[in-house]
Amino acid sequence: MSVDPGKSLLMRRQVVLSGLGGQGVLFLSRLLAEAAIAGGFPVLTSETHGMAQRGGVVVSHLKVGGFDSPLVRPGRADILLALKEENVPLHREFLADGAALIVNAPAPIDAGPRVWVYTVDADALALSAGTPHAVNLILLGFALARIGGGNAGGFFCTAGEIREALSRRQGAAGGRLAASLSALDLGIAHGT
Amino acid sequence: MSDRILMQGNDAIARGLVEAGCAVAASYPGTPASEILSSIDRWRKKCGATMHVEWAVNEKVALEIAYTAAISGLRAAVIMKQVGLNVASDPLLSAAYLGVTAGFLVVSADDPGPHSSQTEQDSRLLAMMAKVPVLDPASPAQAMALAATGIGLSEAFGVPVMLRPTTRVCHASQDVDAAPFRPPAREARFVKDPARWAATPVFRRKLHDRLAEKVVAIAAWPATAPIRVNPEVSPAKAVVASGVAFAHARELFGELGISDRIALYQVIQPYPLHTDFIGHLLETYTEILVLEESSPVIEMQIADRRRVRGRMTGAVPGTGELLPEIIERLLSRFAGLPVPVEVLAVQGGGRRPTLCPGCAHRSSFYAIRKAAPAGIYPSDIGCYTLGINLGAVDTVLCMGAAVSQAAGFDYAHRLSGKQVDIIATIGDSTFYHAGIPPLIDAVVQGARFVLVILDNGTTAMTGNQPTPGTGIGAGGEVTTAVDMEGLVRACGVRFCRVANPDRLPEFVALLKEALAYARESGVAVVIARQPCAMVTLAAGGKEPGAIVITGECNGCRHCVDRFECPALIFDEASNRVRIEEMICTGCGVCVYVCPAGAIRQELAGEKRS
Repeated sequence: MSVDPGKSLLMRRQVVLSGLGGQGVLFLSRLLAEAAIAGGFPVLTSETHGMAQRGGVVVSHLKVGGFDSPLVRPGRADILLALKEENVPLHREFLADGAALIVNAPAPIDAGPRVWVYTVDADALALSAGTPHAVNLILLGFALARIGGGNAGGFFCTAGEIREALSRRQGAAGGRLAASLSALDLGIAHGT
Repeated sequence: MSDRILMQGNDAIARGLVEAGCAVAASYPGTPASEILSSIDRWRKKCGATMHVEWAVNEKVALEIAYTAAISGLRAAVIMKQVGLNVASDPLLSAAYLGVTAGFLVVSADDPGPHSSQTEQDSRLLAMMAKVPVLDPASPAQAMALAATGIGLSEAFGVPVMLRPTTRVCHASQDVDAAPFRPPAREARFVKDPARWAATPVFRRKLHDRLAEKVVAIAAWPATAPIRVNPEVSPAKAVVASGVAFAHARELFGELGISDRIALYQVIQPYPLHTDFIGHLLETYTEILVLEESSPVIEMQIADRRRVRGRMTGAVPGTGELLPEIIERLLSRFAGLPVPVEVLAVQGGGRRPTLCPGCAHRSSFYAIRKAAPAGIYPSDIGCYTLGINLGAVDTVLCMGAAVSQAAGFDYAHRLSGKQVDIIATIGDSTFYHAGIPPLIDAVVQGARFVLVILDNGTTAMTGNQPTPGTGIGAGGEVTTAVDMEGLVRACGVRFCRVANPDRLPEFVALLKEALAYARESGVAVVIARQPCAMVTLAAGGKEPGAIVITGECNGCRHCVDRFECPALIFDEASNRVRIEEMICTGCGVCVYVCPAGAIRQELAGEKRS
């Protein structure tokens, strides 16, 4: 797949993904990055590894469209995906005015002025579905349904393109793909 | 036919090395460099190249193995992190004098920040001390290209070359153009030349002269010359940047609209800085701002304090990572634009890193405090450094120092007529890496302490690379496993016992026995053996019974404060502890920990063995 410069100019998105070690933040950012490449966009991501991964805060930056720096500056993110409610105060500063905060929380939260907040209890959904490790995909499905993909303010990809990226990653892994897709669908159903 | 695929910087460096025909690669894992060697093995299999790929016992051994391939006519690479380069500095400085016959790349990844390191030291300074050229990539794609450039540079001048990526290159990912593999084939052939390969000091003096001549020539090598981003303008000011600081600066030049007002250069080879470039800068510009991580390596080579600003002059923060928001303020000030307000990072909050749920190290640390409540606890580098949260880690210096520091504490207190209980902890990988010589030394000197080797059968912190005890190679092949107990006994240790730390009461009793032995007779070793919980879970794990908190919980917080399992949550509202089912592995160790007997395991089927 080659990069289409015309398309790149139209689409520039900066996304921050935040969670705790073991929640699958890195998997989620790679999935989104691969969907971006399949869509013909250049992509840069930056992750934290090592000691921080042991139960601590894990944050991943994702920049789609022609960027040079792998890091998102404070006040520049279009989207913040928070897999853990307690991380919102830590990473709220990344959001631009008018940006979207999608958070895994049992009840609506107050994240201050000038951001759109969308809440879903992904933990409860994951537990009731018997897939406690799929909180990440449930939150992503919810986000894609709520703010859309491929349009202004939304993601650079659609839910269908995420399904394709998941299939490319997990297609050979038997039952894993089916479980991942149903977690994504569960999130989509709650966001629609 | 090429393809654009998502590559992590480490993946891209690995690809660059395999594409360049690297035949031998050796490494010891360390964040942020850990993924490079496993990625080399993956690319090697993909293109069917014949290679020797290994996780070496430590960085010094890794460098010596790869270097020897490079003096036998095969292209080679050694991979490590910055503190690993300290371990390998001895052979590196000598290898620079002797040189190589085939391309030899020393990859040393730095960690400005530092995100997961003891130091944020700059490997480029060690390259400078060794007088070897160093390349500083700004992105995963450039890291892949410079791996090949570095091999070529090494071969052109017969000198080791360093590639120095940083965390933001290693752990950044990018769409990279993956061309088909065309690894060149070569044959190993060592040509004896004792005057060079076994040079005595008289010859070393001549080799040093020759190295100095090479450095002068490399400072004029076109392929690694600095790149001017905006050659069409002729301003009075210039920004000179390298590494990821250049990537941040380039993006900000566009956003701030200053490309027509300030010249922007990327330095690819910070040492030796191209001689013509230094002359050009000083002749052309009235003000020069240098942006680089972490030390002023470029800045100190442009020796004009009136016109050059950077980390040495205080214009750029002297320590820490150069985040894009910092560079935005520096560039705005340099361009005479309004300087954006500093956004202060949120202080406090967030969970601190901690041992994983189900980690057996937690049991070991809990038992250590039970057995020797007034003890001194030297420790070491790895996941178990997080034992500091449990109050069972008092010192962390560098790989292997747990053992030498335990001995040092004994000698120091003995001189004051005191005997203290000392329980040191070290991981299995770290023990093999640097724990054996200090253990021999301690035995010979009659030191009195207990060493607990936390043997989880893997190098967990860096992503579960195999250790010498596993008998598994870098590509998953079966090799020879080292017998840890036999090794410990062969070091002269008379008390060496193996136990499962998750059986807490028995383990505490064993530690007390070891302490009694140590007080009278010298070093006692306890091997705490239980596989890494992450490996067990990934393999499907056991089918444990659910952990439940009964009505007996009186909110004393002992389990939360002293055992600190992330799955034990203190609920302020009810003043009771609850189990976070999302992450509990059901290991059941907390059952022993609760003083009120309020934690129970509902056994599902078979009792836990």
